[in-house]
Amino acid sequence: MEDIAIVGVAQTKFEREKRDLNYAELVYGVVTELFEKTGATHQDVDNIVTASSDFWDGRTISSMAIQSAVGAYMKSESKVSSDGTLALLYGAMRILSGQFKTTLVVAHSKGSEGAPNLIANAAFDPVYQRQLGIDFHVASALQARAYMQKYGLTEQDVALVSVKNLANAKKNPYAQVAGDFTVDDVMNSGYLAEPIKTLDASPISDGACAVLLAHADVASRFTDKPVWLKGVGHCQDGYYLGDRDLTTSPALAAAARRAYQMASIDDPLKQLDVAEIYDAYSYQELMWTEALGFCQPGEGVQLLKSGVTAINGSLPVNPSGGLLAAHAFLAAGLVRVIECVLQLRGEAGEHQIPHAKTALAHGSFGFCGQTHCVWILSAER
Amino acid sequence: MPKNVAIIASGQTNHTSRRKDVNIPEMIREAVDRALTDAELTIDDIDAVVIGNMEHFEGINLSDMWASEGSGAVMKPCMKIATGGTTGTSVAAGAYYHCASGLFDTVLAIGWEKLSESDTTAGIITAFDPIVERLTLAGAIGGLAIEANLYMTTYGLSQEHFAKAAVMARKNAQNNPHAHLKHDLTVEMVLNSPMIAYPIHYLDMCPTSDGACAVIFASEDRARRLCPRPAWIKAAVCRHNHPYIGDVWWDRSTLESAAIEAYKIAGITNPRKELDVIELYDPASYALVAWIQHLHICGPGEGGKLIDDGSITMEGDIPVNPSGGVISTNPIGATALIRVAEAALQIQGKAGARQVEGAKTALATGFGGSYWNEVFILSDRL
Repeated sequence: MEDIAIVGVAQTKFEREKRDLNYAELVYGVVTELFEKTGATHQDVDNIVTASSDFWDGRTISSMAIQSAVGAYMKSESKVSSDGTLALLYGAMRILSGQFKTTLVVAHSKGSEGAPNLIANAAFDPVYQRQLGIDFHVASALQARAYMQKYGLTEQDVALVSVKNLANAKKNPYAQVAGDFTVDDVMNSGYLAEPIKTLDASPISDGACAVLLAHADVASRFTDKPVWLKGVGHCQDGYYLGDRDLTTSPALAAAARRAYQMASIDDPLKQLDVAEIYDAYSYQELMWTEALGFCQPGEGVQLLKSGVTAINGSLPVNPSGGLLAAHAFLAAGLVRVIECVLQLRGEAGEHQIPHAKTALAHGSFGFCGQTHCVWILSAER
Repeated sequence: MPKNVAIIASGQTNHTSRRKDVNIPEMIREAVDRALTDAELTIDDIDAVVIGNMEHFEGINLSDMWASEGSGAVMKPCMKIATGGTTGTSVAAGAYYHCASGLFDTVLAIGWEKLSESDTTAGIITAFDPIVERLTLAGAIGGLAIEANLYMTTYGLSQEHFAKAAVMARKNAQNNPHAHLKHDLTVEMVLNSPMIAYPIHYLDMCPTSDGACAVIFASEDRARRLCPRPAWIKAAVCRHNHPYIGDVWWDRSTLESAAIEAYKIAGITNPRKELDVIELYDPASYALVAWIQHLHICGPGEGGKLIDDGSITMEGDIPVNPSGGVISTNPIGATALIRVAEAALQIQGKAGARQVEGAKTALATGFGGSYWNEVFILSDRL
């Protein structure tokens, strides 16, 4: 994977509702910003990969609405209907094939225009599960409860993730939810589905983001600070919640194994300088740090309490605030990649991790983390 | 240059209007099992899965997740790609790039749709802008009727030419055990069938089908080891149009642009001579007549002549849609992948009664959305 670099990134500020922008305008904004930052024009873009959802957009072929905004006219565009980290992977594959030198990768979502619980409910089996009214909150509550019970965690333990990440988010100008919350604030924020409370759950966001990928041959045309793709892995778990051991994530572990192997990482806790991971719910950050091999199963909470994952710890996790600070569906994973790029370029501003050289970005899709994608990025080729 | 990739096997369900005996994962599993049997592989030999359908049609969000057990994606890398009518060719391109990138060696591409559980036209309408276009473009048919009409009047063709194409396609379908509509039609029957949107009659139009298609792609080494006669991918090209139908350049075809690029990549200078068979994504019968000119099989407006003289029939010099095409079979998310699978079957000599003798080079297309197109060229040799 040494041949491909991220040469430019752009993201919107994430907000609960962007009433003044339709999908095309939202996307046009980030693409224009990306072009301004890199000096690229549409002529420099060989092909395009987008990530969006027909359900969230309320439009079949959700990519059609943004076709002009991404400059797809008389070009090849394809839509990955999954997390933006997988769109990035497809974009990289197209360059690795030798057919293209650059890929524009764009993800967008407007959670404000849909009914989130109905959209989530439509992902469940129509015969056995949908009538139960199950949605992402309910499914995640089952997972949170199973995980907490297995390792004897309290709701206060889990709340510490929200306290950490929402405080980090104060330093991130793109964040939607941020603040100095206490464990009591989280505990008193009201149950969405017991044991998950409002401040344990990621918000609903409107926003978009864009990444320009380039082959090493042309990368220097767009930036003097390329960030190199060093490793990637993705893996999908089974569908039925009852078929899975929800207290663990073998799919994330498998994805991480592949990414680590490709990037020659055998001790992630030591070799990584920063990680941006897909904490759609606070408990998930604990579970995912375990599956990523930062600690042993069940020890995510000790890792958190020891301060290792704090913004000034030895492996800061979600210095941007993560998904708890902003969650534009499908774009959220690609935003993790973008945050890692900012860290590796030393452009993360107030939430900059000093001397970050190697970063991990994680995306996920499906309920209770059914599918995962792990990226290893480096400032050095 | 891209790494070489081939199709080594494929499997299809027997497409029909209503599969009540299987749910969606079971229907997908049927196609996957047939592809694995064709390849003499098991699911353990598959490195990654690329899958697609149109989620609005069946009303299933995250359909790739739900399909896991049927697709065989459990504990494997899996990616969902969905681009409307082109979903099948986009999935094929996805599987192609999985292998061409060098990241994966054996990749399963799956397209499916169970349109009996869908209100397809209602689903298609939502592709268009809710304020400017949704109220005036009735699903897929409105835009197709505009183009058919424009083609007819520009080149002075008649509805009989389109009806002849429909008769030919449904006749070809009789040779295809997987095809949905296999009627013995006459031109009169097509012309006397109800008018849906002028000049497209009911029997000119594609059906809605239940079905799935699975195709196995492999890197060069793996393909040579696993398959005695792989169908090599020589070119995979996609071209997009403007998203608003009012902006679409009807005379500047994305199909033509994609075909020209694909011919260049594949080193084809005389497509009429060098191609042995074409699997064209024909959403309505007029497309069979009109779009072959974009593939440079004939000059502008000469499609009618090719219909009249039999050039594109099974007995002609360049058979188009031996499978019966889209107007005989249309499980939308699978439809364009079926074109690629059928082209591969022709190259592999496994097309049975619909085999074009000695087919060595084949072209397959996918069509979707606001008149965008994808073109694949397959060959028996590298």
